[in-house]
Amino acid sequence: MTAGLDLGAPQVVTISADEDVVRVRQLVRAIAVAVKLSLVDQTKLVTAASELARNTLVYGGGGSAEVGVIDGARRRGIRIVFADEGPGIADLDLALTDGYTTGGGLGLGLSGARRLVDEFDIDTAAGNGTRITVTKWARSA
Amino acid sequence: MERVPVLKIGDILLVSIQVDMQDQTALALQEDLADRIVATGCHGVIIDITALDIVDSFVGRMLSTIASISRVLDSETVVVGMRPAVAITLVELGLSLEGIRTALNVERGMELLAQARVDESDGFGHHLDDWSIPTDGPAPATP
Repeated sequence: MTAGLDLGAPQVVTISADEDVVRVRQLVRAIAVAVKLSLVDQTKLVTAASELARNTLVYGGGGSAEVGVIDGARRRGIRIVFADEGPGIADLDLALTDGYTTGGGLGLGLSGARRLVDEFDIDTAAGNGTRITVTKWARSA
Repeated sequence: MERVPVLKIGDILLVSIQVDMQDQTALALQEDLADRIVATGCHGVIIDITALDIVDSFVGRMLSTIASISRVLDSETVVVGMRPAVAITLVELGLSLEGIRTALNVERGMELLAQARVDESDGFGHHLDDWSIPTDGPAPATP
């Protein structure tokens, strides 16, 4: 899967079924290895991506994940954008609280994913879908 | 959808998860295991996650649920082979793996289950429960 991986342009995975969550994990893993994230950071990012991809499917009714490499001043990182056209999140503070869930899960997906990445940005409103951008930086150049 | 095989070894059911599981695969495993525990009368389940490079909240919940189901069916569950990076990530994610026993490898898992059976027949069957991780509050004091 790593062979022939094009790091130049962001890659988009459509999330519309269970197996797409697996595809997002595998793509994020491959790019995290290519960008030389440490093993722990790879694991954290892939875990966060798994949570957010599942949210996109379950709560957003499907959407997409766009995975790309970004170059900072002295380091490289991975940026993933999860987007859906679902119902959006009405109360963001509540949704980011550990243990809060509307879907019968553990309520750790959103809050836990935020702890596992370096940058976490969420753009959502009731009725307007959700767009979550996460970034993880390689520790050294 | 792939299915995770459940192997019977003596009095123990061994599940070695070798695939990147879809959520449906994880749910099917719960049902398969419950059926096999009842069909075989096994008193121990070992789930080997050596090959898993992540455990997210869904898989974590599956492990907790399997442990609870098997306990109700008079069987104990031990999760073995967790990678260090997975353990670090789980803790940061906030997952406590409530009520799950762990061992570093299959061999130690089998020892733990054998010991649990001995203690149970001695009337100390619940001593291992002291090792379960609480969902909140401070960590238990190290003995």
